[in-house]
Amino acid sequence: MKHPEDVIRSAEELRWQLPQNLHDRIAESIYGEAARIASRSIRRNGSSRRLVWQQKLDRILTHPWTAFPIMVLVLGVILWLTIVGANVPSGMLATLLVDQGHALLSGWFAAAGAPVWLKGLLVDGMYLATAWVIAVMLPPMAIFFPCFTLLEDFGFLPRVAFNLDRVFQKAGAHGKQALTMAMGLGCNAAGVVATRIIDSPRERLIAILTNNFSLCNGRWPTQILMAGVFIGTLAPKGWGGSIAALSVLVVALLGFGFALLTSWLLARTLLRGEATSFSLELPPYRPPNFWKTLYTSLIDRTLIVLWRAVVFALPAGAAIWLCANVSIGGQSAAAWFVQFADPLAWVMGLTGVILLAYIVAIPANEIVVPTILMLTVLVTGASGGAGAGVMFETDDESVRAILTAGGWTTLTAVCLMLFSLCHNPCSTTIYTIYKETRSFKWTTVSVVMPLAIGFVLCSTVAAVWRWLA
Amino acid sequence: MNTPDPHAPGEACLTCPSRFSQLRKLGLRVGESDFVIALAGNPNTGKTTVFNALTGLRMHTGNWPGKTISRAEGAFSYDDKRYKIVDLPGTYSLLSASPDEEVARSFLLFGRPDATVMVADATCMERNLNLILQVLQITRRAVLCLNLMDEARAHGIEIDVRNLARDLGVPVIPCSARSGEGIPELLKEIAIIATRPDTPEPRRLPLEVPGLRGALDRVESELREAFPLLPQPRWVALRLLEGDREIMDAVRSGEIGALAEPVAIPSTLSA
Repeated sequence: MKHPEDVIRSAEELRWQLPQNLHDRIAESIYGEAARIASRSIRRNGSSRRLVWQQKLDRILTHPWTAFPIMVLVLGVILWLTIVGANVPSGMLATLLVDQGHALLSGWFAAAGAPVWLKGLLVDGMYLATAWVIAVMLPPMAIFFPCFTLLEDFGFLPRVAFNLDRVFQKAGAHGKQALTMAMGLGCNAAGVVATRIIDSPRERLIAILTNNFSLCNGRWPTQILMAGVFIGTLAPKGWGGSIAALSVLVVALLGFGFALLTSWLLARTLLRGEATSFSLELPPYRPPNFWKTLYTSLIDRTLIVLWRAVVFALPAGAAIWLCANVSIGGQSAAAWFVQFADPLAWVMGLTGVILLAYIVAIPANEIVVPTILMLTVLVTGASGGAGAGVMFETDDESVRAILTAGGWTTLTAVCLMLFSLCHNPCSTTIYTIYKETRSFKWTTVSVVMPLAIGFVLCSTVAAVWRWLA
Repeated sequence: MNTPDPHAPGEACLTCPSRFSQLRKLGLRVGESDFVIALAGNPNTGKTTVFNALTGLRMHTGNWPGKTISRAEGAFSYDDKRYKIVDLPGTYSLLSASPDEEVARSFLLFGRPDATVMVADATCMERNLNLILQVLQITRRAVLCLNLMDEARAHGIEIDVRNLARDLGVPVIPCSARSGEGIPELLKEIAIIATRPDTPEPRRLPLEVPGLRGALDRVESELREAFPLLPQPRWVALRLLEGDREIMDAVRSGEIGALAEPVAIPSTLSA
């Protein structure tokens, strides 16, 4: 029986008798053989028209002058399609689920003689929160995800990474961070896992900590609704959709800017080091399989994400109702918190209700808007329709009416959009960050850093706005 | 994914040349399996698309290299046999030691799959062949899936499949996994390879380097003495002569021997 150590020793000895560049010679001989085999069996009939076309397209999509405007334009068009396209179906779903569904269920509970608290908890709390989540989220996601997946299948994403590579490298981060941020546009937890494609631990950590600045699907609906309800209505007739899309685009680009800025800061303070280079292969453009992509992104992404939102909305709905209805010392728990948080919220241009909603919505950003609407109605007694404590009319106008009654101005909407971009990641993402980094310290940084930025950003905007107004 | 196959065997199909009707997509139900199939290839050649076509899973595919980061596993059953299929990360070679290449090569070497499906992009075979030749140096229980044939045709590329198969010494199946073209033929070939009792010798290693053959013979025989069960001792010997740190450490710690135990099925390797 030979000892393993002996085998290694004789291999080491024998290596001295072999050419120094053994590794290269072996690689060369494989490459040579591959070329020989290929030349025997593969024939190219001239240069194909498609190849020429692809090269032309690549020249435009990666040219320093045209690349960035095109990327911004593509994102803008997708957002515009989402905002304009989602408006009508969202309204229909809201009418169906929130108005009629709620009235129907309330009627049943009344007919069955159910106690008021039970009807409140189940129908006004759990059902309504879920109905809102579906109405607010389903249509935008059903448009946004397929568009995004089609671009991905076509081969646009690697070009984006290629264009952004230099920018990220200047910031001291890894070029592949652009790809992980693109994944983050779908879900930050997925984006954090995707950072595994970055080899260097330092650059990977930067990518993990800054992924939260990619607006995830849980936050797109917040942005889109706020933009549509408050900013789109400021625009002249017919321009609402475009202006709203533009404002969401600005927030998304701001997020990108923050990701770069924080990467740059981290690379110069806590995570110092050289940026490593990498080679990224630009894959060929492939015509996306349209119907299959549509099906996959609808079933696998849209419905799975929606299901997650619903799962979180059910208990959150109960929590919201309890907060607003369990009274402590003559005032509901929610009212106490809102009262307590209002001064801080005022500094940030927000309201106490929004801060409470962000605490309720830590498990899932998806439920922020429904939570805000329900809390506003329940706590302030504001109402867009006939119902006391529960709203009925649900189009953009009445959402605006409810929120205005809750003390909202355009400033509140703007600050909410900014806070939605810059606040702690959802609990799933936080857990994923911990699993990937195995470090309490970095997980804490990933939570505190965006919160601090959000606080400073919102407060500054609010102060300047009030000074100008 | 658990719904009955729409192509359930009908009377008319019993005479069909293809046995596609025998495919049952089992999705994630890996459990016990009769055979283990590995899926290897360059990045962005459509391994995950082939994986999805076989298992009925819908792992998210993307048109960019590196989409599959770690190993994904799925299952299907064909001709009353259950197959476990492992989607390995895409690599350009097996010669260096980056983490993704290590996952791929240790699985091929020590996971000892019953068949390896090498997925290649038919539009750039010259580059893909480098990895294919390296895989064939480890195992010849393999089939080459010439994917993206539709693209290759659109680019005016002609491939002499028979010639290629003869040169490589393994079957070659032209496919277009997105549309399902070639998948029935691929399945048939996988079944033939997985069930064949003998194991063909792996492709010869390049030995033109002076003095290499003798050195290789000696290290190989010593390895056989130290680890009688070690699969592919000649390949491991070459890595040792090249001074591959990873393999050297595995030999030194005896880990390489443990991996060679028959019980050490892939689960002991972390992705």
